[in-house]
Amino acid sequence: MAPVLQTIDLQKRFGGIVATNDVSLSIEKGARHALIGPNGAGKTTVINLLTGVLRPTAGRILLEGRDITDLEAYKRVQLGIARTFQINQLFPDLTPLETIGLAVSERLGMGGQWWRLVGSKSDVLTQAVDVLDRFRLADVMHERTATLPYGKQRLVEIALAIACRPHVLLLDEPAAGVPEAERHDILAAVAALPKDVTVLLIEHDMDLVFSFADRISVLVNGELFVEGAPEDVARDPRVKAVYLGEEADA
Amino acid sequence: MTVADDSSTATRALVAEASAALAARARWGPLEIAFWLAAIASVFLLPTKHLILTEIAILGLFALSLDLLLGYAGIVSLGHAAFFGFGAYAAGLLAKYHVVDEPVLALLVSGIATMLLGFVTSFLVLRGSDLTRLMVTLGVALVLREIANRLDITGGADGLQGIVMEPILGRFAFDIFGHAAYVYSLVVLFLLFVVARRIVNSPFGLSLRSLKGNPLRASAIGIHVNGRLVAIYTIAAGYAGIAGALLTQTTQFASLSVLDFERSADVLLILIIGGAGYLYGGLIGAVLFKLMQDWLANLTPQYWQFWIGLILVIIVLVGRDRITSWTDPIRAFVQRATDRVWPRAREGG
Amino acid sequence: MLTILFDGIAYGMLLFVVACGLAVTLGLMNLVNLAHGAFAMAGGYITVVLVNRLGVPFLASLPLAFLFTAAIGAVLERTLYVHVYAKSPLEQVLFTIGLVFMSVAAVDYVMGSQQQFVRLPGYLQGQINVMGVGIGRYRLLIIAVCGLLTVALQFALANTRFGSRLRAAVDDARVARGLGINVNAVFAVTFAVGSGLAGLGGALGAEILGLDPTFPLKFLIYFLIVVTVGGTSSITGPFVASLLLGIADVAGKYYVPTLGSFVIYTVMIVVLIWRPQGLFSRGTAR
Repeated sequence: MAPVLQTIDLQKRFGGIVATNDVSLSIEKGARHALIGPNGAGKTTVINLLTGVLRPTAGRILLEGRDITDLEAYKRVQLGIARTFQINQLFPDLTPLETIGLAVSERLGMGGQWWRLVGSKSDVLTQAVDVLDRFRLADVMHERTATLPYGKQRLVEIALAIACRPHVLLLDEPAAGVPEAERHDILAAVAALPKDVTVLLIEHDMDLVFSFADRISVLVNGELFVEGAPEDVARDPRVKAVYLGEEADA
Repeated sequence: MTVADDSSTATRALVAEASAALAARARWGPLEIAFWLAAIASVFLLPTKHLILTEIAILGLFALSLDLLLGYAGIVSLGHAAFFGFGAYAAGLLAKYHVVDEPVLALLVSGIATMLLGFVTSFLVLRGSDLTRLMVTLGVALVLREIANRLDITGGADGLQGIVMEPILGRFAFDIFGHAAYVYSLVVLFLLFVVARRIVNSPFGLSLRSLKGNPLRASAIGIHVNGRLVAIYTIAAGYAGIAGALLTQTTQFASLSVLDFERSADVLLILIIGGAGYLYGGLIGAVLFKLMQDWLANLTPQYWQFWIGLILVIIVLVGRDRITSWTDPIRAFVQRATDRVWPRAREGG
Repeated sequence: MLTILFDGIAYGMLLFVVACGLAVTLGLMNLVNLAHGAFAMAGGYITVVLVNRLGVPFLASLPLAFLFTAAIGAVLERTLYVHVYAKSPLEQVLFTIGLVFMSVAAVDYVMGSQQQFVRLPGYLQGQINVMGVGIGRYRLLIIAVCGLLTVALQFALANTRFGSRLRAAVDDARVARGLGINVNAVFAVTFAVGSGLAGLGGALGAEILGLDPTFPLKFLIYFLIVVTVGGTSSITGPFVASLLLGIADVAGKYYVPTLGSFVIYTVMIVVLIWRPQGLFSRGTAR
């Protein structure tokens, strides 16, 4: 079966610094793939390359067999790849309803319509409310996003990516910065993602990683270090060494 | 009843509630209606003031066009007079050389021509930082002013003279008291305002607000940010062009001053005074600005520019947020009295 | 043609002396100071008063113009400008436009709106003959003074302690503070010197550029072009940009008078589209 997301020798240089070095990923449809590695390993850079925020210095990116390396970010979203950000990237003055509704109406091709009123198309509204309800944001959907507590904002962050109905979803540390009390909602939302959506997850929370992922790639200094099933990666002494800084065995 | 039925009923209720809430926000509120009723009343109640009211209406339309750019899309422009002036000269040329005699038609043609200019120059503001944008927009306005200065057809430094306007729609002739001019300008302003109101309350308008707030995330949910910016820049240019055309048509004269840097600075000031981001800021600001200008001009005829400068300095030092917060009690009262949410005037940039 | 080149160079160097202060404040404090031209105007008017009305020798009035304008700059920086450092570019623009309007109206009120001329001493009038080419003495003076200033600036930046503090603060103010550099003092001194230089440029340029109350607005675009095309991360960038601009403007007005100022505006727009960060600066656009 052809992989739904593939990178071939992906490379990114910033001047003399090689942030991403010949990364070749191959992710199957419906996979729950985790990307882990020590801080500064370049995980977010990979996400930025996949989504088009950064252009690679070399290498190619294939989405469902189609070469998207030279496509602009917004076009990639339209082709079915969406992401969340490590630090919330939301629209502070918009309400969750407006935010999610915006993503839905864009996806349905209505984003450019200047003659209709927001909320006048019932299927847009229904889909938006549905997403908000699933993420338990219905009670705050009319409040300005900037006024919401961080945990709720994080839910909006993830809900926004889901509202794009992506085929591939890239989650950049979804639980980052979320207070303990609100983590459960985040984890539940991640676990409840539709099975046909392929998920690439960056996380530091190892509990989340091992409970969620069916395959793990370890990124160190911009390079793919180890890749395999969770149990194998967990047992691999080289991985432990990289995280704990001990001398790796030869 | 199964669980699924329960939840879908709940969702349907939510959808209905959300739909009602959104519709309520877009509805014309009592203060809005009062504003326009007052504007219509001014036609009959202030017959001696129609000349200055026409100026206010035109300024208001010009400021409205800048609000679309600055308040909704976050584009900072120091040369918006370029479009105002282009529309002014277009209308003047159309009338003087009898290319299009009927004023409304000429207005439309001028507006479309200015939209084309906006479209062509829009790509200049897509790149670079706020500072680059300031410079580029300033540069474009200066280039246009030079062109108007040099060309024979535009009359150079003397301006376009000898314009005689035909009656509006063939029936309403322009008179020296400015009655026809005022009603004409007010109608144009109102119609364009209604369209602008639709635009900002549309999905397109929502996407503008999103890319003003966070362009990175906007493109991350599939919005073609540059495409939207080009669209709103074009529309705003058209609005400004129509405002300029109105000025020429109502004064039967077009001079280089329509392209002056001061005009771009004045309209920025008007928008700051009134507040950007809720459409009425430009209109309210225009009224206040004209009243202020009148009063200051009586104080010190030649040096009123000094007071404008002082006001600008004070506004920035005191801070727009603090000024807006002075009107918070009023807003809260109105909110309670009308049971609606009035947006806080938020500034771009 | 050589005369044109010469005139263009003189014009360009004048622009540089006036605009370099703007480039440094923009690069250092991220401050968009559209009122910079007002300092140049102040210097010009101070010289007019000193030379025409008080009989001060022209050459002596130049350092006085520098000092007076630098003092005005220092005072304004500490009292007014310091409040807008943290504000958005739009607010800085509005603030400084307000200052320009105020200064233009004030000068109009005090000095009248007619163009002012400085009574140049005899030895600076006319031309001298160098290898068959007529070179204006005044322009020669301008090139000499501005050239010396440029060299002195470059030296000060590269070889003095203040220069390294300034360069550090421009590079990264936060880190500079962390190293114990009094960034606020650096700001204040730099702003004062930049304004003083503008004043000196205005004093020198009164004869060539034309001095009247609308000076700051008339030449605003020139200064902005120098800064955007030349970038803000070095002295050489604005220097080269000024020279190019000066030569282009003089040559343009001579060879193609109908196009005149067009050429430079269009050049600026083209450059900004092609390289929004300027021709010479490194890094991203400010």
